[in-house]
Parts: sequence; C-alpha cells; structure tokens
Amino acid sequence: MLELIVISTLNGVLFGMLLFLLSSGLTVIFSMMGVLNFAHASFYMLGAFFGYQLTKWIGFWPALVLAPLLVGAVGMAVERYGLRNTHKHGHVAELLLTFGLAFAIEEIVSMIWGRSPMDYRVPDALDFSAFTVFGTNYPAFKIFMLAVSVLIFVVLLIVLKRTRVGLVVQAALTHPNMVAHLGHNVGRVFMLVFGVGAALAGVAGVIAGPALVTQSDMAGLLGPILFVVIVFGGLGSLPGAFIASLVIGLVQTFAVALNGSLASAFGPLDPSLGPSVISDVWNVTIAQIAPILPYVLLVLILIFRPMGLMGTRES
Amino acid sequence: MIDAAPPASELRPAGRSQSLKFYGIWVVAAIALVVLPMIFSSGGSLTSFSLIGISIIFALSYNILLGQTGLLSFGHAVYYGLGGFAVVHAMNAVAAHGWPVPLPFIPLFGGLGGLCFAAVIGWVMTKRAGTVFAMISLGIGELVASSSLILRSVFGGESGITTDRTALPHMFGWSFGPQIQVYYLIAFWVMIAAIAMYALTRTPFGRICNAVRDNPERVEFIGYDPHVVRYLSYCFAGLFAGIAGGLTAINFEIANSAYLGAVQSGLVLFATFIGGTAYFFGPVLGAILVTYLQLGLTSLTTVWQLYFGIIFIGIVMFAPGGIAGILMMHRPLIRAGTLGTVIPSYLLALLPTLVLVCGVILGIETTAHYTASQGEGNVINLLGIPFNATAPSTWIIAIVMIVGGFLVARSTWRRIAEAWDRAMTGARDQGYLA
Amino acid sequence: MTAAIEIRDVEKRFGNVGIIHGLNLSVAQGERHAVIGPNGAGKSTTFNLISGHIAPTSGEIRLNGDLISGLRPFEINRRGLSRSFQVTNVFARMTVWENVRCAVLWATGHRYAFWKNVDDLPEVRQRTAKILDDIHLLHRRDVPAGLLTYAEQRELEIGITIAGGADVIMLDEPTAGMSHAETERAVALIRRLTEGRTLVIVEHDMSVVFGLADRISVLVYGRIIASGTPEEIRRDPKVKEAYLGEEAN
Repeated sequence: MLELIVISTLNGVLFGMLLFLLSSGLTVIFSMMGVLNFAHASFYMLGAFFGYQLTKWIGFWPALVLAPLLVGAVGMAVERYGLRNTHKHGHVAELLLTFGLAFAIEEIVSMIWGRSPMDYRVPDALDFSAFTVFGTNYPAFKIFMLAVSVLIFVVLLIVLKRTRVGLVVQAALTHPNMVAHLGHNVGRVFMLVFGVGAALAGVAGVIAGPALVTQSDMAGLLGPILFVVIVFGGLGSLPGAFIASLVIGLVQTFAVALNGSLASAFGPLDPSLGPSVISDVWNVTIAQIAPILPYVLLVLILIFRPMGLMGTRES
Repeated sequence: MIDAAPPASELRPAGRSQSLKFYGIWVVAAIALVVLPMIFSSGGSLTSFSLIGISIIFALSYNILLGQTGLLSFGHAVYYGLGGFAVVHAMNAVAAHGWPVPLPFIPLFGGLGGLCFAAVIGWVMTKRAGTVFAMISLGIGELVASSSLILRSVFGGESGITTDRTALPHMFGWSFGPQIQVYYLIAFWVMIAAIAMYALTRTPFGRICNAVRDNPERVEFIGYDPHVVRYLSYCFAGLFAGIAGGLTAINFEIANSAYLGAVQSGLVLFATFIGGTAYFFGPVLGAILVTYLQLGLTSLTTVWQLYFGIIFIGIVMFAPGGIAGILMMHRPLIRAGTLGTVIPSYLLALLPTLVLVCGVILGIETTAHYTASQGEGNVINLLGIPFNATAPSTWIIAIVMIVGGFLVARSTWRRIAEAWDRAMTGARDQGYLA
Repeated sequence: MTAAIEIRDVEKRFGNVGIIHGLNLSVAQGERHAVIGPNGAGKSTTFNLISGHIAPTSGEIRLNGDLISGLRPFEINRRGLSRSFQVTNVFARMTVWENVRCAVLWATGHRYAFWKNVDDLPEVRQRTAKILDDIHLLHRRDVPAGLLTYAEQRELEIGITIAGGADVIMLDEPTAGMSHAETERAVALIRRLTEGRTLVIVEHDMSVVFGLADRISVLVYGRIIASGTPEEIRRDPKVKEAYLGEEAN
C-alpha cells in the first residue's frame, strides 16, 4: 500500500507538472489575448513528433532544444498570420480558428507519421533506474522529466517576477483590458507570449513523448483534460492552474493505480439480477473510471464554485 | 452616407406579397423533398439524401445555440447520441411488448431523450456563457462519451445496440424496410423540425435569444435573466438534436458510442459554421455541403478530414458569415442593380484561385501518398492526370502552382475588394443596406 | 409618500479601495433628480449600485419602499426601474425595431413565451411603434442598430430604457458626445418621455442639468455633499468650492 502511495504520488506530481507546463501557457495566453487556444495540446503533440523525428536525425539532446524552438515558431506564425487577422471578428472566431487548427494539425500529423504509435525511445544516457523503492525501479527519465518541468517552473517564476515582459504579463493577469493601452509593441508582445506558450507545450511534448505514447491522437486525448484544468483552477489564474494541474495529475494517477470496485468492496451482486446499470456501476473498477474523473471534478466545481478554484472573473 | 431611409417603412412587418413568398419557399422545399427520390432513385442517392436530411435537422438544432443564442458548444453530439440510444431502446421495447406505436412517432422518443438530459445538465452548464461555456460543453461531451463505454447495459459498449425497424407496427401498410420509405420518414421529420425551429425564431423567446447573443449584459436591464434564456435555448437544441439522432438510429438500425463523440460534435460545428450562422437557411446549406463532401471524399482520398479542416479555417478567417453570409452580401447589390460591376472581377479571380486550390490538393495528396505508401503504388490520379508521388517533378509542380497561384490570385482578390467597395457604395447611396 | 429611491448608508469597496462611502440619497416620486460631480466621484458606480449591476458592500437601497439592494438587475427592472448606459449598449446586430421590441416584451407579459408569434402581438407592435415614433427613429426601423449614427444610437438607448414602461428611469449621461443641436433635441425628448415618471440623471452638461432637474445632488469622492433645488445648489458654498467653483475658475 505504501509502495503504491509513494510511486503514485511521484507519478501524479510528474503528470501534474506536465499539465502545468501546458496550462500555464494556456492561462497566460488567455489572460493577455482573451483567446482560449484550442490548439495548445496540438503544440504539445507537435513537440513530441518533432522531438521524435529530430532525435532520429540528430539525437535527443539537440532535439530537446530545437523541437520546442520549432514549435514556438509555428505558434508565432499562427498568432501573426491567423489570430491577428481573425481578431476583428471576435473571440468566438478566434476560438474557432484554433479549433480548426487543432483539427488540421492532427490530420497533418497522421498524414505524415501515420496513426500508429511512434517508436520514440528514452535516450540511452537516461535509460537506467534512478532508485528502487519497495522493489520497484523508478526510471531516471521520469526524474529527468520532473527536473525539467520544475526547472522551467522556476525560470518562469523568475521571469514573471523580475523582468519587464513578466511585469506586463502579470499586469495582464490582473487587469485584462489594460494591455490594450500599453501602446506600440502590443502586437510583438502577443506574438512572443504565444510563441513562448507554444514552445513550453513543445518542451512538454519532447519530454513526455518517450515516456507516454507518441501518437496522432495524443492531442485529442490531452486537450479536454487541459481545458478541465484551467476551468477547474479558475480561468486566467496561474496559481489556480498550478493547483488544478497537481490535483488532476494526482487524482488520475491514483485512480489508474487502484483496482477496487464496489463489487470488490461489498461482494458481488446477486447474478440473478442480470445485467443492468446497477451491475455496470457495481463492477466497474476505479482504474476504469479514471478517464472520466477530471470531468466529474469539472461538474462538481461548476455546481459548487462556478468561478473555479481561484477564479475571480465571470468569463 | 447611410442616412438614406429604406423605401418601405409600413407598420406591418410582413406584407401580403412577402408572406406569399415566405410560404412559397416552404412549399417548394416540401415538393423538392417529395420529388428528389423520383429523379435520383438509386440506392446510393437515397442513402445520401437520408443522411443529408438528418444532418440538416442536427445543424439547425446546433444553430439554436450558436447562431441564435451565441453559445459555442463543443459537445452537441451528446444530445444527438442520447436521442439515438433513446430511440433504439424505445423501438426494442415497443417491439418486445407489442405496443401500438408505429415507427413515424418513434423519433419523438429521441427528442425526449435529448431534451431530458439537456434539462438536467443544462442548468449548471448555462450558468456561464462564452469561452467557459465552450470548455464546459467539451468536458461534458467527454464525460458522457467515456461514461457510455462504462455503462454497457445501456450503451452496449464498443459495438452499440441494434434494433429492427420492421418489427414495429406498420403504418399505411409501410413496413419501413426499404430505404425509400425511411427516406420519406426522414423527409417528413425534416419538414416538421425545420418549421418548428423556424417558428421558434419568430417567438418572443427566439428574439430574446438574439438579444442575449448580441448583448447579455443589457438583457438583464430589460427584465430578462440571460441564464434562463440560455437554459431554455439549450433545452430546445437538445430536443431537436435528439430527434436527429433518433432518425439516424432508425436509418442504421443501430446506436453506438461514436454517435456521442467529439468527431460528431466537431462535424456539426463545421457544417453549421461553414453554412453560416446568421441566417436560418445557413446551416441547411452547410449540412448539405458537409455531408455531401463527407460521403463523396471518403471514397476519393484518405485525408478528407484535412480538407474539412482547411475549408473551415478558410471560412473562419475570410468569410465568418459562412456561405449564407457570402450569398446575402450580394442582396443589396442585386437590389441596387450594381452586381454587374463585380462579376468581371470574380471571373478574373476564378482561374488563379483554381490553380492555387489544385496546387494545394496536389501537395496534400502527394504528401499523403508519399508517406503512406513508402515507395510503392504511388501514382495519384488527379482530374484524370496521373502524378507520381515520388517524382521530384510532382513536388515542383505542386509548389509552383501554390506559390504562383497565390501571388496571382492575391492581386485578383484585391481587385474584387475594390470592385466590391464601389458596388456597395453605389447600393448604399440608393439606400440598400442589407 | 414613500420615496421612489431611498439610499441609506451605502458603501462600496473594491478590494481595499472604497469608491462609495456612506451614501445617502432620496428621490421623491415624480421628481427629476440630477446627480452631478467631478470625474471619478462615483456617479456611474452609484448607478450600477441602484440598478443591481454591482451589489453594495453594506447599506440598503429601496425602490418604492421595497428593499432592492443585492437583487439581480432583471429583478430590479421587473420592479419598475430601468436604466441607460453611458457607453452605448444596444443590440448591435438586431434592427432598431427588434431592439425596442425586445425591451417591450417582458413588460407586456410575454416573458419567455415560445408558443406565440412575436409579429402577431398587437399591443407589442403598437407600443414599439409608439416608442420609435417618440424617439424619431421610425424611419430607421429596419436598420441594424450597429449601423446607426452615434446620436441615433443614443436616442435608441433612451428608447430601450423607457420601452418597458418603468416608473423610475435612470439615464447615464444621455447627451454625452452630442452636438449642441442634438443635445437640445435630446433634452426635449427626455422631458417629454419621462413626463409623470421619476427620473434620475447623471450629466456633465450644466445647461442640461439646470434646465431639466427639479432637484440636484452633488457627489464628491463617493459622498453626497449637497442635495437641493437648482437654486439652493447654485448658492451652496460647499458646492461652489468643490465643484462649480473649480469650473468658474
């Protein structure tokens, strides 16, 4: 039991930090530009695929730097040539544009790399077990993932607190309408923020690719959870996104690890009752309902705290 | 500049000739639905017409949210799917118990299924509008789609639940076995649902929906609770989506969890937005086009969804009014008689734009074939001309067509914009704004 | 007779910043009451508090004797209070006719009705036509509100505000940005349309204020420093010092 708790906590925090790499960019972009970037998870996927391809060509370490830069460039192009032209049609049009992009990126990725999982391996330098807890080897690559996410988290914090751009971003978080009055270089700030957000998602993709599955449906699977995270945390709140990322990361990881069901806790139902909704619910394991838990949390937060955990804004 | 008064300003909104024209359109639509299968009577076209009819209802129901109330939903297929399951269970129950309910009434159960779920979950969902609503609708969509795989007794797991539409009591001697009978059943419901949804836009509630879309804040200061308006709108959308899903279940005699999924939700959004949300007939056009393309393209290319994505992005960026918006832009020009001045610029733009489009298609198909085949069977047949996906010449042709087509087309597009401005100014001076 | 609007000890704070401190104001039935004060004095906040746009931090607001503080805007509107906005706030994509008609629907009892043809409601049609005639926009009835000129949008704003037939009308700077001729026209319009109703108006144009109001309240830094007839306000030394004096200099 203790083994399960330790391992799951580690994995949960890791997954949570990955989610935060994505949700932080999404939150900052939303706060500054009012755009909910539906294609954010697609940038994550692009990161994984670019990482895979570049690793094959030039090795993992150069890929770790290059792939996020490439994804960031794609993000900046999307802002410059797509969103900026759509802005005049309003936020719904912008959201729809990124929705269309997410759709198109998934199709392009599966057109180029196919629909089956990639053979994206952990680099040899990190292919050993870091330590052993309760007889389970914990892979070094996961520790590396955790280290990278924490490092980026710290760098982000410093950038936010100590630099000019950081101050602008912070101002935007608290006073969303103020950025419009900043003057001449708003366009460039937006492009930069969008690019950095995309690049962060790209980093998450490169490091998550070998550990999770690199496949053309990975954006479609992660995207909805990402949106749950930022609605749960409160739209536009970075601390909220952080807490929500960890909560959802931990909840999902623990749920997957648990095999209990009502049947195992209270004994099987009388088989003469036959198949019914009750028997479905009775027999389902916690691991099986893991995929729906984030959405259950979403419904609960909507009922009890429609603003989200740390949210202050109506919409 | 826009001071000129419109010519008609009588107190009654619709004159006699206008109402004649109005009823005329509906009568023509009904006749078209009756006559169509007599002209195109092959099994394939009957199936296509049936699917198009269903997606018309589905897209119109989606537009109650998007176009009428300004709610962007990413999970509308939930109501479509639940309607489908409600109908399958209703049909199986009717057949098992021998209840005297003939098939034509069955879609009502689908509507009821959609309505009930919308009524339960909608109150929480519609607390928020805008972006938050969009995210919530996505989350609920995922929740229902994933839950449907867990509740196997209701949703039948991966394989779904089947039914037999001929096992129900017959009506007018129709067994509803042949596709033509199912087509007429669907056509009947298309008319009913379309008339009902159109009528809804002409009610006090329908108009307040528009007001909530335009300015929810101000609505609160004229006595209305926007939350209630959004909720009711959501329920109506669920009702009609359920009817559409029910008809699908009758058509295929099965309901499965794919009906509820994100792909279905995305398709209805595409159809509605491509058609145009600002006019009632927009989603009808969109549903016809998207369903037709979907049926036609799947046999032609493996990457048909990519074309959808590109068309959708193009519409969002360059014509957010959709096809209906593009068509209706020409109304003041036709009325003012200045349309003729725009046509030449259209014709001029046609060729380079076509070259650009063909270049993009060639590029996409070449890439798709190159990566999919890995060196074998890589000849593409495009407009009857064979291209070799591995030959550098094919790639060069595609790039030349895209770049050259774009550069030339862009200058012709500018010409359209200029001609358009002149024509529109002319129309405005005569007092035609829309 | 109970006052149309009675504000008692209302405070509004945003975080640590107090915008309104201990506001007291009473507007009698049928009175035309102007609220004036320098920029940032809290005039618009006062309007937002009364109309339910924001809730007061403490204190109470009564409409015809009923407590309304903390109610939602539509609940307050249904009790007979209607307001306009300083920044034009119409339904941009809908026609002028639809704009006014939507504002008539609740008051004529049609509410959320989805079983009635909206074009087939004679009293709604007549009332909408009457209001459009009153605000001189009948000839523009089929134009989308977003395409109107600025002055026309301001008139439509007033039209929407009075359409529901509320007995307390609140207008937030109805003549802001208008030319002199347009202002005169608007004042005549307001005077005529609010005949027999209670009017609360925020206005910067002193000729409008002194020409229209029966009573005037002066709001400075979230407090009413004087309240009285135009004559009394003109003579009040505190007002001269805080407000009019500044302008005279």
